[in-house]
Amino acid sequence: MARSKAIKKQVKHLLGIQNLSVLEAKEILKESQNFIKLNRSGSKKLDVLRGKTQINLFFEPSTRTQSSFDLAGKRLGADVMSMNIVNSAIKKGETLMDTAMTLNAMHPDLIVVRHQDSGAPNLLSQKVNCAVINAGDGTREHPTQALLDALTIINSKGKIEGLRIAICGDIKHSRVARSNIYLMNMLGAEVNVIAPKTLMPDSINQLGVKSFTSMKKGLESCDIVMMLRLQNERMQGSFLPSKREYYEYFGLTPDKLKYASKDALIMHPGPMNRGVEIDTKLADDINVSLVKEQVELGVAVRMACLKLYCK
Amino acid sequence: MNKKILKNCRIVDPSQKMDEIGNIIINENGKIEDIGAKAKIPNKSSKMETFDFNNKIAIPGLVDMGVFVGEPGFEYKENFRSLTNAALSGGVTSVVTMPNTKPLIDNVSMVDFIMRRGRDKSKLNIFPAACLTRGMCGEEMTELGLLSSKGIIAFIDPYKSIKNTEIMSRIMDYASDMGVLIMQHAEDYDLSKDGCINEGEIATRLGLSSVPSIAEKIIIERDLSLLDEFKCRYHINQISSQKSVDVIKKNKSNGKKFTVGVSINHLSLNDNDIGDFKTFLKFSPPLRSEEDRKSLVKGINEGLIDVIVSSHKPEDEESKRLPFAQAATGSIGVETLLPLALELFHNKSIELNKIIEMITINPAKILKIKKGSLKIGSDADICIFDLEKPWVVKANDLKSKSKNTAIEERKLQGKVLKTFLGGELVFDN
Repeated sequence: MARSKAIKKQVKHLLGIQNLSVLEAKEILKESQNFIKLNRSGSKKLDVLRGKTQINLFFEPSTRTQSSFDLAGKRLGADVMSMNIVNSAIKKGETLMDTAMTLNAMHPDLIVVRHQDSGAPNLLSQKVNCAVINAGDGTREHPTQALLDALTIINSKGKIEGLRIAICGDIKHSRVARSNIYLMNMLGAEVNVIAPKTLMPDSINQLGVKSFTSMKKGLESCDIVMMLRLQNERMQGSFLPSKREYYEYFGLTPDKLKYASKDALIMHPGPMNRGVEIDTKLADDINVSLVKEQVELGVAVRMACLKLYCK
Repeated sequence: MNKKILKNCRIVDPSQKMDEIGNIIINENGKIEDIGAKAKIPNKSSKMETFDFNNKIAIPGLVDMGVFVGEPGFEYKENFRSLTNAALSGGVTSVVTMPNTKPLIDNVSMVDFIMRRGRDKSKLNIFPAACLTRGMCGEEMTELGLLSSKGIIAFIDPYKSIKNTEIMSRIMDYASDMGVLIMQHAEDYDLSKDGCINEGEIATRLGLSSVPSIAEKIIIERDLSLLDEFKCRYHINQISSQKSVDVIKKNKSNGKKFTVGVSINHLSLNDNDIGDFKTFLKFSPPLRSEEDRKSLVKGINEGLIDVIVSSHKPEDEESKRLPFAQAATGSIGVETLLPLALELFHNKSIELNKIIEMITINPAKILKIKKGSLKIGSDADICIFDLEKPWVVKANDLKSKSKNTAIEERKLQGKVLKTFLGGELVFDN
């Protein structure tokens, strides 16, 4: 029941791909294209967000996402403040909401948040007056990662519609997988997910994908192969017997890549476990690997998101 | 106390298979003197109060087998006084209080405390439950005998199963001799740890780890196997899934004696209602799918489930305004138990008599208490309600100290008008 509250100004948040319409997603992708060139040029600074304050609120350690958002904000001219809460306030007993209220009092225009609990950005967005951008929450969504993946695919394959995309690895614990499933489906791709049964979430087919437990079947005629990072902790809960066995059956090797389309390209959200989910040479092969492009376009996508959501 | 005449009520009392328009006469001692269509209204005297209820429904005061009161330790969530107000406005006159307070109710001195507080601060009939094991650690059983002799009527480790099969078997063996009631929260901890939502599409979409329904089924199957060997009074506190209903059906049709409860939340909501991380709908056991909900309703109609409880669990804002995984479980519900249960009558899921039976005489029988009935001579604990009256649930109008209702803004039909406790009018809407 969406009841409109008359007084509160409606602020738009980027909480997940699930909340986006096709038009909104395409608008972000279109806007991102403009920034790719800028990022490759000699003068990278704009003043679109001059006078705006962006707070990066990271409750979970992150290198690339945080630096990518950091750079994106700075290139648009915003004042960027990064807070790593992993070791500070929360440890002192302060709750997420208290932290949010404190920051809100400083009148930020954007809060970029990463949190280990699914739904934390949603909760945050109910309590602050500025736009909230989800930089990854628990095992739910990582919308900017999916958007940058989409942009990378568009720029290397020319389109997404009609492509067949395989997502392989720890689907159960992956927010990247979920966001990508929603976005790729939305943009007209066919999505296969491949994982050992213990790392496949329940009712995954309801999300509009085909699920496979064999790389051979799952990769068949795929144009894009997205590998996911395998967290080391997964060995402990007996999700898997060993890294060696995982690599044997689910690690991407040149041999397994042959099951996919001839011109298939590889993606990985990073950081990679070489020799666990992906063969190290394959990861560095510039003819098939899009990993570097992903990182590069990440900044452009995040610039577009910051610009569009900061109103 | 004056004699009271409740005229023209539709009396629904499953304990004596009564559903008729009639009168209730309450004597000076607060007991039922006469009841039913044949009950004659005595000649007018000055020491007599008369109420004309114009065919509104009169039922025995509700017996709620699962209520959390914050005393001691969590008075800011609920105390006996606020619980009394909430319960009486919902027609509930007897409650079983859960022992997961701080400190826990796991020894005799705590029982004295809770009995005294209950007597002094509340008007309700308080029937305290105690922990099944010391410190709720699942390792050593509490003094089942001594605690019962002090007035404990049931034993449970709330929200925790007895994990160790050997210990559970000893408890059941010992309890069978003592004749005490054992209530189990059926949930295999290893399967449910970190979980906070039903396994399925919603969990996958929300990115939350789940409590599979098999976690409940395994404990129920284990306990029912133990029950073959150790025939104690065994009650499954709350079931939530179709799988459990199936197991119960198999065992009850084999003639095994045990009883089963379900919370009104699991009969009225499903995991889809959680929407965008509504923590007020986080429960233990979690809300399950619509199929599971329907199977619970069916289980009631087939006589497999014995009682409906409110599973009243007041939580303050700080415990709920958190990311879903960290938020506390439970919602308040003692006040809305009857109206929400009536929804199941209005949508033709369950017959009225069956609903009333499950919130009055059935829990009283399981607990072996003289409540839940309006037979001549029983305490005049009566709830009068309007079956048709429409209203909208607003958390701020509810009397509980905490406002975490799972059914905010829900449109209900049926409202409590008056509640009598021991013949005294204690709630008047």
